[in-house]
Amino acid sequence: MIPGPRLPASYLQPGVSSFSDFLADQAPDLLPGRRALPQGQAGDLAPHGTTIVGATFPGGVLLAGDRRATMGNIIAQRDIEKVFATDEYSAAGIAGTAGLAIEMIRLFQTELEHYEKIEGTTLSLDGKANRLSALIRSNLGMAMQGLAVVPLFAGFDLGDARGRIFSYDVTGGRYEETGYTAVGSGSMFARGSLKKLYRPDLTEAEVVTLAVQALYDAADDDSATGGPDVARRIFPIVHVITAEGGRRLSGDEVAAVADRVIAGRMSHPDGPTAPLTGGGHA
Amino acid sequence: MSTPFYVSPEQLMKDRADFARKGIARGRSVVVIQYADGVLFVSENPSQALHKVSEIYDRIAFAAVGRYNEFENLRIAGVRLADMRGYAYDRRDVSGRALANAYAQTLGTIFSSGGEKPYEVELFVAEIGDEAAEDQVYRLTYDGQVADEHGYAVMGGAADVVAGYLKERYAEGAELGDALRLAVAALGHTPDEKGVARDRVIATRDLEVAVLDRTRQRPRKFVRLSPARLEQLLGDRASSAPEPAAGETTTPDLLGGAGEVEGEPPVAP
Repeated sequence: MIPGPRLPASYLQPGVSSFSDFLADQAPDLLPGRRALPQGQAGDLAPHGTTIVGATFPGGVLLAGDRRATMGNIIAQRDIEKVFATDEYSAAGIAGTAGLAIEMIRLFQTELEHYEKIEGTTLSLDGKANRLSALIRSNLGMAMQGLAVVPLFAGFDLGDARGRIFSYDVTGGRYEETGYTAVGSGSMFARGSLKKLYRPDLTEAEVVTLAVQALYDAADDDSATGGPDVARRIFPIVHVITAEGGRRLSGDEVAAVADRVIAGRMSHPDGPTAPLTGGGHA
Repeated sequence: MSTPFYVSPEQLMKDRADFARKGIARGRSVVVIQYADGVLFVSENPSQALHKVSEIYDRIAFAAVGRYNEFENLRIAGVRLADMRGYAYDRRDVSGRALANAYAQTLGTIFSSGGEKPYEVELFVAEIGDEAAEDQVYRLTYDGQVADEHGYAVMGGAADVVAGYLKERYAEGAELGDALRLAVAALGHTPDEKGVARDRVIATRDLEVAVLDRTRQRPRKFVRLSPARLEQLLGDRASSAPEPAAGETTTPDLLGGAGEVEGEPPVAP
């Protein structure tokens, strides 16, 4: 319920600094996880988002996602955005049921901002990751009917001065990843690509190329992941977070990287190769 | 058994208003000034934790004087209202006018209801637009009255003296540094025990300063100015040699002049 002119007494009660808890009291119908669903599988009813990759580099972390949403064999949207800044120092990429995921991220963004305004300080990165766990857990019922939401969360830990990545399962389980990871339907192929190309000492610009390469490889082998759309100039969304805060790369910046990657693939369709033995940094 | 005295409604309201006004006048003032890139809030507040100026939403900020627990509850209610509307509708659907209206209704109802004691608070709600002409500053008093302020406004103790000082010197479209120096000088221009207005230099660590800055790239335009940034913007106020007012007519010898006129030792910043 959205209140009328006078502030309701419950708004003037001190205490709760969590927006989702406040919402559960005041307007439970606005919470994503509180809806009763009839029995049966609903997975094919709504578009699904696909591949998200994340990687850390010295001084920061990157999150990138392709632009495709699918409904069965249909491409539901070719330019969907699946990577969002959740506050100044964190971002989330979403795989799974697009509608629920976008709503969950919107709630998570409000949750972080609300806490920051009420408490006058930001949550720790672990605190943010745990709040996201709770939101995913509340969606478990729907996940079991095929409407799962599985985000990838990345942020810059101001206490530790380094970038960190967290992956999740449908029960809200939260797992910190080292170096790189991927989620979504094309994640197997993206992760294989990252595994061969990733090095912990990559620069920010190199890690952007790494992410675009990994998404290209995912799209190469997974029909639900969108590759770079050269004709429409649709390229992945790339979000980089450092000690200076988060920044979404402009379309032109990503296009320049994607154009170079595509040019390389013209002569080597399988992309860069790694040496057969040794960990030689070429 | 004692017979209750008859109290006329006029007297009842006057008593309640006097009660609220007395509580508000005890605190230090808060100044709000419109400058070229937005709205500036300055208050003298030695506490680093208990804020008088706060963010409500992307383009909306809140400042208050009076009883802390009362205006803190109002602030939290404002944040909840704004976040609720922004989540249920869209970020653009959260407006300062709606918030000011909600505060006015709440304060007005509490003031005229016999049961509760009136809130001893006064609030500013400010919202910036894309242009300076679209900026709004609302003043809300303990009885729920709303006033639209233009240029500058002051509330709290010694508000009249501080406002008088600003009235003579305020210029539209000032830069942030000039507006800040004017506001800080105005806050320092307070009456002493004899009621004579004197200028004092307020230490940077005792200032709470925040802006709604429309030049910020991010959607959230509210920024607190750190003590280091304040030092940089205010310059050397406590030096014995007053800075020459280089072509500035709006803020003449207020900055360095204070120490010289009063013959007081410079206050360490």
